[in-house]
Amino acid sequence: MDENASARLTRRALTVAHRVSLFLAMLVICLPGIWIVLSSLRPTVEIMAKPPVWIPQEVSLDAYIAMFSGIGKGGIPVLDYFRNSLIISVTSTVIAVAIGMAGGYAFARYRFRGKSGMFLGLMLTRTVPGIALSLPLFFLYVRLGIIDTHIGMILAYVALNVPFTIWLIDGFFRQVPKDLAEAAQIDGCTRWQAFWQVEFPLARPGIASAAIFAFLTCWNEFALASQLTRSVNSKTLPVGLLDYTAEFTIDWRGMCALAVVMIIPALTLTYIVQKHLVGGLTSGAVKG
Amino acid sequence: MATVSLKKLTKRYGNMEIVHGIDLEIADREFIALVGPSGCGKSTTLRMIAGLEDISGGNIDIGGRTVNDLPPRSRNISMVFQSYALYPHMTVRENLGFSLKIAGAAKDDMDRRVAEASAILGLDELLERRPSQLSGGQRQRVAMGRAIVRDPDVFLFDEPLSNLDAKLRTQMRTEIKKLHAKVKSTVIYVTHDQVEAMTLADRIVIMRSGYIEQVGTPDEVFSRPATRFVAGFIGSPPMNLHEATVSDGRLVFSGGDSLPLPGQFNSKTAAGDKVVFGIRPDDFYPTGHGLSSGGEAEVHRIELPVSITEPLGNETLVFAEFNGTDWVSRMLNPKPLKAGDRIGMSFDLSRAHLFSAETGKSLRN
Repeated sequence: MDENASARLTRRALTVAHRVSLFLAMLVICLPGIWIVLSSLRPTVEIMAKPPVWIPQEVSLDAYIAMFSGIGKGGIPVLDYFRNSLIISVTSTVIAVAIGMAGGYAFARYRFRGKSGMFLGLMLTRTVPGIALSLPLFFLYVRLGIIDTHIGMILAYVALNVPFTIWLIDGFFRQVPKDLAEAAQIDGCTRWQAFWQVEFPLARPGIASAAIFAFLTCWNEFALASQLTRSVNSKTLPVGLLDYTAEFTIDWRGMCALAVVMIIPALTLTYIVQKHLVGGLTSGAVKG
Repeated sequence: MATVSLKKLTKRYGNMEIVHGIDLEIADREFIALVGPSGCGKSTTLRMIAGLEDISGGNIDIGGRTVNDLPPRSRNISMVFQSYALYPHMTVRENLGFSLKIAGAAKDDMDRRVAEASAILGLDELLERRPSQLSGGQRQRVAMGRAIVRDPDVFLFDEPLSNLDAKLRTQMRTEIKKLHAKVKSTVIYVTHDQVEAMTLADRIVIMRSGYIEQVGTPDEVFSRPATRFVAGFIGSPPMNLHEATVSDGRLVFSGGDSLPLPGQFNSKTAAGDKVVFGIRPDDFYPTGHGLSSGGEAEVHRIELPVSITEPLGNETLVFAEFNGTDWVSRMLNPKPLKAGDRIGMSFDLSRAHLFSAETGKSLRN
């Protein structure tokens, strides 16, 4: 066999090995998700079986049907939870991104007294575990009378997300050369127009990623929500999962079915927004 | 009419004054170059004219209108940035038409003006591309096109060629000169490159540490530098500048060597004066290999050792040792020389310069 043929063979073997290892890695990552989907479709006996049953024997949509069947027939107020989750997550994301844009822009573009201290302070708030805040927050909310309300949850989530959105968006505005906004002003824009026409479109990937992160944080958050919500007025989907636990039993199948219902909107949103995440848009603006 | 007039223009950052009350009158359609080393305040001055920096004092008039507090968009100027500052999310066409779009121009008017600008700069092929798909020279042309489209009263250029390689820079320099001939607007051009300033400008403003050192035509600043700084800054290779003391009609250098005091300075100096003697490499040459100025009586000949040579093809820079240091001379019709050779050198003293050692001002006037 000549050298070229053997080099070709080695390359092919490497490609195959590469793909097999990628497949295995993806399998490990996806397995919990697959397991949730499978568990939502089969009876508890099979879920709890030891050794585990890998291939489902009985597949049914009973858990989904029951979930939407209403109180008394094994159902939970899933539509109310869904609505709460959506209102709270979307509103707090919009507010957090708006504040993040204003704050990130200010940190990226302006010099002001105490700038680095403020930035550090914002980052330090992230070091406090959310669960540690739940009790003080609970007392505060009770006094204010905003326990078990949308507004209470939105406030908590905005506070949770703002440091992160500011930090992320600041980084993206820093990458947009200052000259561009100045060129736009010379071209006839006001400061405000220059921002929306030039700087905002260029920082859009960063703003979109900040939005996704903020939304997913709110959508999936459990610790604070479980303390600050009480009823269908404000309970979100993650808290709704607890409805499947009774004193002595846990309905694993129902819980998995609700988890699938939670995952679908999050996946859809991420899919829609990801096309805005294309980076490298600023290349070619300035020297290079 | 787009005259530009700066009166006592000042810029301060906190307690630090960067531009110290400069005065400058720029005529309509004039090409002015602001030149100086980095940190001399030339870019800050340009940005104040553009409205990108607030002014701390003084007055800016454009076309007879005071614009001190007007935002950039109300000054009817356009600017080409060193970094080009093209909008990366827009095509070349959109970049060119952006200012018209913001101004709310009609579609056909916009198309016509973009077409005109792209024809002037040869951008027709590139209109649908994005800046990231262009070469440096093409980006530079788009940046200039964006400036032309606005049909401004004044063009501002902020070191527009410094990001290009040497060959492209020469080429774009010619294009800018042609462009000025075509569009006939007032141009203020900032550069640290004295060759750009000399080749492009009608008048050159030489700045240093926030002050104007001299304003004059390229010939004036080259032949009659007002200060020692201008003499050293303009010209390549730079003028030979050495401190000396006037004594008995001679200039005595620190190393002990001396030259006759050039005749034109007889009445302007007294014995014991500390001065700086300056002579351009063109006026200090190997005998028989220089430009004759016609003032033969004032040529001083002396034999000096060669320390190094830099052949450039049509000429050779010869570094000759005098007074213990190397003095650069320009040798036309060069002949081969090597280090250590002793050759006859001519100082054309009728073209020499003297500056006050204390103030740096020229003693010629």
